[in-house]
Amino acid sequence: MPGAAARLRDSGVLGLNERNANFIMRLNPRRHYPRVDDKVLTKELALEAGMAVPDLYGVIANQGEVRTFPAIVENLESFVIKPAQGSGGDGILVVTGRSERKRDCFRLSSGVIVSEGEILYHLSNIVGGQYSLSGNPDKALIEYCVHFDPVFADVSYQGVPDIRVVVYRGYPAMAMVRLPTRASDGKANLHQGAVGAGIDMGTGLTMNGVLDDEVVDEHPDTGALVAGLEIPHWDFILESSAKGYEVTELGYLGVDMVIDRDRGPLILEMNARPGLNIQIANCAGLRSRVARIDEIYNASAKPAERAAIARREFQLERGMQ
Amino acid sequence: MKQRYVYVLAALLAVIGLSVFAYKWQVLGFPLGEDQERPVWTIEADVSFASGPGSITAQLQIPALTPGFRILNEHSVSRGYGFGTDYGDGGRVAKWTIRRADGDQTIYYRVSVYEDDTVDESDTIPPFPPVPVINEPLKTAVDVLVEDARDHSADTASFTAELLRRVSDPFPDAHVELLLSGVSTDAEFVGAITTMLATARIPSRVIHGFPLSGRQRSARLVSWLEVHDGDQWLYFNPATGEQVLPDRYFVWWRGNEALVDVAGGSNVEVGFAIQENHLDAVAIAETQAAQLGASAVDFSLYSLPIQTQAVYGVLLMIPIGALVMVIMRNFVGIDAFGTFMPVLIALAFRETKLIWGVILFTLLVVLGLSIRFLLERLRLLLVPRLSAVLIVVVMLMLFISLTSHRLGLETGLSVALFPMVIIAMTIERMSVVWEERGAADAIRAGLGSLFVAVAAYIFMGMAWLEHLVFTFPELLLVVLALVVLAGRYTGYRLTELRRFKALRRG
Repeated sequence: MPGAAARLRDSGVLGLNERNANFIMRLNPRRHYPRVDDKVLTKELALEAGMAVPDLYGVIANQGEVRTFPAIVENLESFVIKPAQGSGGDGILVVTGRSERKRDCFRLSSGVIVSEGEILYHLSNIVGGQYSLSGNPDKALIEYCVHFDPVFADVSYQGVPDIRVVVYRGYPAMAMVRLPTRASDGKANLHQGAVGAGIDMGTGLTMNGVLDDEVVDEHPDTGALVAGLEIPHWDFILESSAKGYEVTELGYLGVDMVIDRDRGPLILEMNARPGLNIQIANCAGLRSRVARIDEIYNASAKPAERAAIARREFQLERGMQ
Repeated sequence: MKQRYVYVLAALLAVIGLSVFAYKWQVLGFPLGEDQERPVWTIEADVSFASGPGSITAQLQIPALTPGFRILNEHSVSRGYGFGTDYGDGGRVAKWTIRRADGDQTIYYRVSVYEDDTVDESDTIPPFPPVPVINEPLKTAVDVLVEDARDHSADTASFTAELLRRVSDPFPDAHVELLLSGVSTDAEFVGAITTMLATARIPSRVIHGFPLSGRQRSARLVSWLEVHDGDQWLYFNPATGEQVLPDRYFVWWRGNEALVDVAGGSNVEVGFAIQENHLDAVAIAETQAAQLGASAVDFSLYSLPIQTQAVYGVLLMIPIGALVMVIMRNFVGIDAFGTFMPVLIALAFRETKLIWGVILFTLLVVLGLSIRFLLERLRLLLVPRLSAVLIVVVMLMLFISLTSHRLGLETGLSVALFPMVIIAMTIERMSVVWEERGAADAIRAGLGSLFVAVAAYIFMGMAWLEHLVFTFPELLLVVLALVVLAGRYTGYRLTELRRFKALRRG
């Protein structure tokens, strides 16, 4: 066992204890947590900083406002409902359209048709705090439903693939794309069975994926190769995520983005406790990258400069491709 | 920097905890193991006499310096008498006084002692005795005997042995015969020897006591010879000259003073009875600590009412459970619901015992989960739904208790104290995880909780550990130190070695 731990250490793998003690507690002051834990606030801050986010259609802040839901979505065909303080993609409902016969029935991304009553019940649960991190009453957001870029069409099953960039002290350190599967119920969450594929920071090309901590090279549902996809707007994605540091002032930050067919990369949410699976997806450890960032850290560097440095520093060697 | 503070704090906590622990263990004698009993001898002296017409003063020699033994307590039983103790030539003297008494009187003095090797003869070094004035023809006999013994010996010890050998010779020479002609009791015999030793200017005295063993209705005093060689007291068997002390010899008093002296009474008799008991070592340690004036005892949990003690017996094990939780979470990396829920489940297992606890817990969670899924269809709001689950859990417990009672299984009844709120919360959280993350995750976390609970139960149920923490609550500081240290553990968790195995280099 000690041998195994030493080999992990050699590979620069970051463990949960170290992440919590040395990164989250040291670099993420708790007073800044609401900036990422409350998605309404995140959205406001990101807009102020001039970042692109999905449009907000409405917020349901308490049980009484649940009734206003039909009015909010009256003219909308597709939208997403999510808890403001949810975690890990829990409680998110993606409505892709309405039933052809009855307008108050909605089609979810999975194809299931649900009634308005069921959605109201879901909203009540969100407002009641079922999905919030603390269990406290929460708000529900109703926002623009992303139409994902066709580059991912072959490697996702329903749902919207998203891109997670881990940003350390403002420098993008590692990135992956999370591809929904049948098992993950269309959710882009590795815990729930989505495929994660590492991204070469230099080129924006995807690498092999992981599914449940195992390396895979094909999407389990579509069979398409996961590796070798070119992420569009890669420069912009890196720069936006670097900017996340200015917005949140969190030194260890996960920025989740989606690429919309029409509007390009949008910031979905940010996370003060990004998970460690990204290391498996990239077949690389975070510790070594973080150590490199500490060496080259420059407090006055602009987000664009930091993104460029990350591209240069963490580019994979050609031989590894 | 912070890391160093943590180490300093942990070291400080551990040192404080361990030193208080060591003090109580080594100095005050609190036992490490549970149910340790030590033999305690109670020696009772009863002084009986016929009272005279006037006031009465009774004096009894009582133990003062007791090498090898420590006095647990002493008291006198004497109705109507004034009582006090005093230091006299032979040690301590108990004194009873009364203005008037009618008829036969009996007064008791009782002392309880237990063995303690750390008690030495802490007497002062005696001065060289003056050469006793002895009249002829005894003087010549003593001189010859002492001169002869001195020629055949090298030091105090061998001189004494030589002298004793001559004196106790079955065929004594004329001098010895002359010297011992007036000796009738053991005490007088030893007294005569101390006179001879004094002639050689060797400090010596007679000691009177009992070899303690079992129960003796009427114990006989055994007189022994104590000789000081300049450094320490040596013990000699006056009858053989051997330099030994009988096993468990308890010294009652020293010197030639009479054991008892009753002024104003007649027909004085003294009897001794010895009783061997076994007392809880903790009780002995507490009495001893109280005598030493140690404040540690003032804060002992044993001074609390029994019922409160029982509560703390359980409460003090919670930190142990928390430590198990920390190890399972941060070193092993097992998923469980809630931070301390497994510890609370483990507490519940105390009521039901392990096997039944696991069965009941599993049964309740499975039944509760199925009902929770039924409730899901009703689309209840969060708090009412939680309350509904809680009520269902209470009814399920009632049902299980009644059923098991019908079946004649008494264990089912103890479920009444099973923390139903904990189970209701478990069910709720499990069902949420079930829906959000799937059955596999929910069942894995559920089993993880159960596993951690069982581990916590096993550690929290260790009787010796419970005794240790209860007797030495300061050990919780050590637990705190360990937890603080674990809080700065940044190494991998055991499960992470598996999780990241694809990343291992080499």
